[in-house]
Amino acid sequence: MKRLVILGAGTAGTMMVNKLFPVLDRDQWEITIVDQHEQHYYQPGFLFVPFDIYSRKDVVKPKRDFLPKGVAVVMSKIDRVEPDRNRVILEHNNVLAYDYLLIATGAKLTFEETEGLTGELWRKKIFDFYTIEGAFALCEFLKHWEGGKLVVNIAEMPIKCPVAPLEFIFLADWFFTERGIREKVDLHYVTPLPGAFTKPRATEMLGDMLDRKNIRLTADYSISSIDNEKQKIVSYDEKEIDFDLLVTVPTNVGDPYIERSGMGDDLNFVPTDKHTLRAKEHENIFVMGDAADLPSSKAGSVAHFQSDILMENLLDAIEGKEPGAQFDGHANCFIESGFGKGILIDFNYETEPLPGKYPLPGIGPFSLLQETRWNHYGKMMFRWAYWNVLLKGLALPVPSQMSMVGKKA
Amino acid sequence: MAAKEINGKSIELDGDGYLADPSQWDEELAKALAQEIAIGELTDDHWKVITYVRKEHEAGTALTMRKVAKQSGVDMKGFYQLFPDGPLKKASYIAGIPKPKSCV
Repeated sequence: MKRLVILGAGTAGTMMVNKLFPVLDRDQWEITIVDQHEQHYYQPGFLFVPFDIYSRKDVVKPKRDFLPKGVAVVMSKIDRVEPDRNRVILEHNNVLAYDYLLIATGAKLTFEETEGLTGELWRKKIFDFYTIEGAFALCEFLKHWEGGKLVVNIAEMPIKCPVAPLEFIFLADWFFTERGIREKVDLHYVTPLPGAFTKPRATEMLGDMLDRKNIRLTADYSISSIDNEKQKIVSYDEKEIDFDLLVTVPTNVGDPYIERSGMGDDLNFVPTDKHTLRAKEHENIFVMGDAADLPSSKAGSVAHFQSDILMENLLDAIEGKEPGAQFDGHANCFIESGFGKGILIDFNYETEPLPGKYPLPGIGPFSLLQETRWNHYGKMMFRWAYWNVLLKGLALPVPSQMSMVGKKA
Repeated sequence: MAAKEINGKSIELDGDGYLADPSQWDEELAKALAQEIAIGELTDDHWKVITYVRKEHEAGTALTMRKVAKQSGVDMKGFYQLFPDGPLKKASYIAGIPKPKSCV
């Protein structure tokens, strides 16, 4: 029996196991998928939790509901991978040997990187919304908050879903307006990037959004520490920003077992060929989704677009051929902008987000780099598509490679 | 493709306004670019960063603030002191490599 082991039953792992299971001959292949958590999170939904738009049942479902019968499901922590011996060592020293390994263990937050983050004010005036606990704690807090200085800060890049902090502050603008306390809230977006938008066309079309929504921007800001006593954040070049409420996106890293395996870069992401999705250092290991060190965004849509390429390349490798399919870095993101509207961006390694219509030229129904109600519906409807189509490994009616069709160059 | 005059030479620029043709870079150009964006005289520490980012770019590595702060020989505080307000951008510009990549 040959063995395929998939590490991680999140978005990428679940999609791939559902695609591969019907294709790999059951008499020849044993597929095992490993994850440490029973619950599957719809992470794009976490954005809506603090604003009381989604509840727990909208964003959490059991992982096993999405894994095919006939696949061995192992709920366990991973201690390390021994790539030279083609095996995975789980917690309690259980061993999983493999012929092929797919790493899809994603990215997580590490709160320890920023000094003072988990001090006195943690989950009292400092919150994250990238974890389920953080999102719900913030929801409770916002129910009673009467206003003040709200700072949204990204600690460093790369992060999962780079647009989510912007979406958060746009939704905050809407949320406080609805509650009639918008003038009591000072919204401040603080980013290590050179701007809220950094690409030329996006900046041209959306650059004035923060001004229009009365949101302050501080760019090129690398947070060094948080002074819990004086309620301020401090950067490496000693710029201080006061807050009454700090919503932070801390440093994102790959899972620690990758460091224990000696397989990761300085943030525990696995060096991966950006086109074939094969691990740079091991011919029988493929990497998908947030766990890879690719120069693409870390987003579910990227994992979805990778899935067809990965399928082809894994099957090529199994047949002793060189991986033939090439991933182009395609990402597609709805950006919630508040007041029932959203923006859609579609791009890849080579091409920045461009204006136009998606997916059908002229018709859309989604508009690129513009705020429309259709884009907001798209974002909200996507939750259904995620649980019912995407996770099951079924195809969405859009091509994996980014297309220039419908775009205005 | 845009161009500008530096030290009497015409330097070609890419779409972001960064050096388009790597063969046009040399230390003299670096010094002139540094003056242009008000970084001033380049010290040994400046050169540590410039050498590091050029090396990583050549190797095809995506540059991050963290990498420079951990591997160039200059830490994060130092990096901001040498190239205030946008250190990675400024260092890349002076080093004659493309603007650091980001997604949106």
